[in-house]
Amino acid sequence: MLLEVKNLRAGYGPTQVLFGLDFAVAEGGVTALLGANGAGKTTTLRAVSGLVRPEGEVLLSGQRIAGLMTESIARLGVAHVPDGRGTFMELTVEENFRLGAYTRRDPDVAADFARMWEWFPRLKQRWRQQAGTLSGGEQQMLAIARALLLRPKLLLLDEPSFGLAPLIVRDIFAILRRIREESGVGILLVEQNANLALDLADHAYLLETGRIVMSGPAAEIRQDEAIRRSYLGY
Amino acid sequence: MSLSPARFLLVLLGLAAALAPLWVLESFHLFQLTMAVIMALAVLGLNIVTGYNGQISLGHGAFFAIGAYVTSILMAQADWSFYATLPFAAAICGMVGYAVGLPALRLGGLYLALVTFSLAVAVPQLLKHKALEAWTGGVQGLFLMKPDPPRWLTSVLPLNADQFMYLNVLIVSGICFLLAWNLIRGRIGRALMATRDHPTAAEAMGMDIAALKTGAFAVSAMITGVAGALSAVAVEFVAPDSFTFLLSITFFVGMVVGGVASILGSIFGGLFVLFVPNIAESISRAAPGVIYGMILIVFLFVLPEGFAGLVRRLLAKLSSPENPKPQ
Amino acid sequence: MEAFLLQLTACIATGGIYASVALAIVMIYQATHHVNFAQGEMATLSTFIALTMIQAGLPYWVAFAGTLVVSFVMGALVERLIMRPVQHAPILTHVGVYIGMLLIIGNLTGWVFGYTIQMFPSPFEGGGPMLGGLFSAHQLGSVAVTLAVLILVYLFFTKTSLGLAMRAAAYNPRSARLVGIRVDVMLALGWGLAAAIGSVAGMMVAPIVFLDPNMMLGILLYAFAGALLGGIDNPPGAVMGGFLVGVLENLAGAYIVGTDLKLTVALVIIIGVLVLKPSGLFGRVVFTRV
Repeated sequence: MLLEVKNLRAGYGPTQVLFGLDFAVAEGGVTALLGANGAGKTTTLRAVSGLVRPEGEVLLSGQRIAGLMTESIARLGVAHVPDGRGTFMELTVEENFRLGAYTRRDPDVAADFARMWEWFPRLKQRWRQQAGTLSGGEQQMLAIARALLLRPKLLLLDEPSFGLAPLIVRDIFAILRRIREESGVGILLVEQNANLALDLADHAYLLETGRIVMSGPAAEIRQDEAIRRSYLGY
Repeated sequence: MSLSPARFLLVLLGLAAALAPLWVLESFHLFQLTMAVIMALAVLGLNIVTGYNGQISLGHGAFFAIGAYVTSILMAQADWSFYATLPFAAAICGMVGYAVGLPALRLGGLYLALVTFSLAVAVPQLLKHKALEAWTGGVQGLFLMKPDPPRWLTSVLPLNADQFMYLNVLIVSGICFLLAWNLIRGRIGRALMATRDHPTAAEAMGMDIAALKTGAFAVSAMITGVAGALSAVAVEFVAPDSFTFLLSITFFVGMVVGGVASILGSIFGGLFVLFVPNIAESISRAAPGVIYGMILIVFLFVLPEGFAGLVRRLLAKLSSPENPKPQ
Repeated sequence: MEAFLLQLTACIATGGIYASVALAIVMIYQATHHVNFAQGEMATLSTFIALTMIQAGLPYWVAFAGTLVVSFVMGALVERLIMRPVQHAPILTHVGVYIGMLLIIGNLTGWVFGYTIQMFPSPFEGGGPMLGGLFSAHQLGSVAVTLAVLILVYLFFTKTSLGLAMRAAAYNPRSARLVGIRVDVMLALGWGLAAAIGSVAGMMVAPIVFLDPNMMLGILLYAFAGALLGGIDNPPGAVMGGFLVGVLENLAGAYIVGTDLKLTVALVIIIGVLVLKPSGLFGRVVFTRV
């Protein structure tokens, strides 16, 4: 397993948000976390990347990462695209790219830049532009590219569809599918749009108020009567 | 809040403690105490705009200087009586404070601190300027006289000029403190703190942020200006070099050490800034500054609520039901 | 005409001073998004340390390099020991800590090195008047040093990945952590570099204005004005702003308000820029889209 999480608990100050989650992401697999607003999806991602302090076990390729600092976790190969995207608005697209690859000393960085341009041609057109001037969709693309430039083993995506027009969301998920096939990175995906998430994912968990209430292969979850009614809307 | 017997007793005790020095202390120490009360008043002014309203001012020495000079010029050049100059000094400082508050509206915390800091640095130079020399006396400054106690008073209470000055300062400061206290615990005080803590929410609730902020600056400058006016008379002398940027910093230190956003803290602050340097000065010329700076940083680290916060915490501990007093 | 030319050269010489201090201010702003009120006092202390080394017999440039190192360490230590614990405290606390440091460092300098005004040597002496007698060798030399520091700083921030990481850590600490930047280290480095640049400014200023513990107070104000005028997030802009303030100060002093209101000129510039054009003349207006 790429990521194994056991009895994960976390919160903000006195407010506990997560009450013991167990889940996993397979090597090269896509796991989706589904759930309503306030279920604890974003907090789960933050606990994995160390932005909030977790209790319980978080194993990345068998190595314990719970309690490490965010920058150390990033250096071990966890790239988090947080809510609000986490791009550097004041810097140019090029500088965002360079920061994405900041920790890398290998000679493949240039090749990876070229790969990102292939996946996200629009970013190449905006190369010298300040990131804050990009459209919402372009910023999301930049955020994903920035995260992939870390050459992560695991990519944490927080609502990549948030605030974007349906056509752009479709584009982004098409690119994500391509990334999944071509790069072999494992993805932990948080998404309100359960339809999209289940299309991309091979495994899914349903969160309610900080607890996992259902889990299984994406195809099975999709068939579940309750899920269909509450989250898929047909 | 009604005046419970315990509170009434406390007020009486406070009054007695404030008046006792009139007869207990000799001249020099009474003068020092007079200055401490004046400092407390100046710190109170700063506390209104910085503590309660969150607009950081490092330039309140400027208002203090203006108050001092208005009173001195009127007394020395126009022979006004000390009492008649006070409302005048207050009004002019209020207007200047309002004027400073206008550009402050557009500046965030650190930039406002920067601007007011530069104001504080520029003050002595402005006071020395030739164009004002006919009024201000230039580098030489102006000399004045303390008011003598009136006949009717000395016939009841034998007071010399120093004691009378202390009484004057006490009364004027007392009135200012009462007014400030009233302002802070009322609707306006809550609005001031709301604009400090949650500006967006305060605006959404229909508060006029601009008016509150400039108003706070005006009131704050007025109070500090009155303190300046009192100090000019108590010292019987004003000169540009009494109003360097260190004066503004002194007020700031007094506010932090006494207690940010606390009326009681302003009193602690006034006592602190007057007496601690005196002790430190006896060690070395450089020591007061170093000790000052260290105390400031230690307070910010260990006791960010200042003396007032410490007192509040101790009182809460004494009166909390979990810690009944041992029989 | 002659008088005007002399005036102009004076502008450029003092402008160079302001430019170098403004650069130090912008430097720390780039790295921490804060403006350090104690910057001037730190620079003065560094200059006294340099003087001590020179008086101990070290060659000028050795003392210069040694001072850079000592100042860097001092700046980084200040961040580690004093700023770190209050990192997340409100701005009022930061201002208080800056004021505390200003008092401690300024008075400590006076205590240790005395309040007498001292001569500070210039490395550019012996050349005599240059360019038709308008500039002294030191004036030209110090302007050259300022420009050299500017170019180094500019290259550092735009071309090196460490400089980029420092800017990123200041703009958005959370995102910086997510790409693996050690934000704490960046802050300490930023403070160290700012202190080192400040020390260069101090060593270039001291031969002109003479060295005493309060040397930097007025200069710091002009430098603030210059930094704001040029744009607080823009190193070349700050240098331009510094020179501009030098010109404004001298011309206003000579032709408008007289020399005794020079500090007020700085104050007016600061207020004017902040109110009329907060991003400065050359500052980048940052776009944000939600």
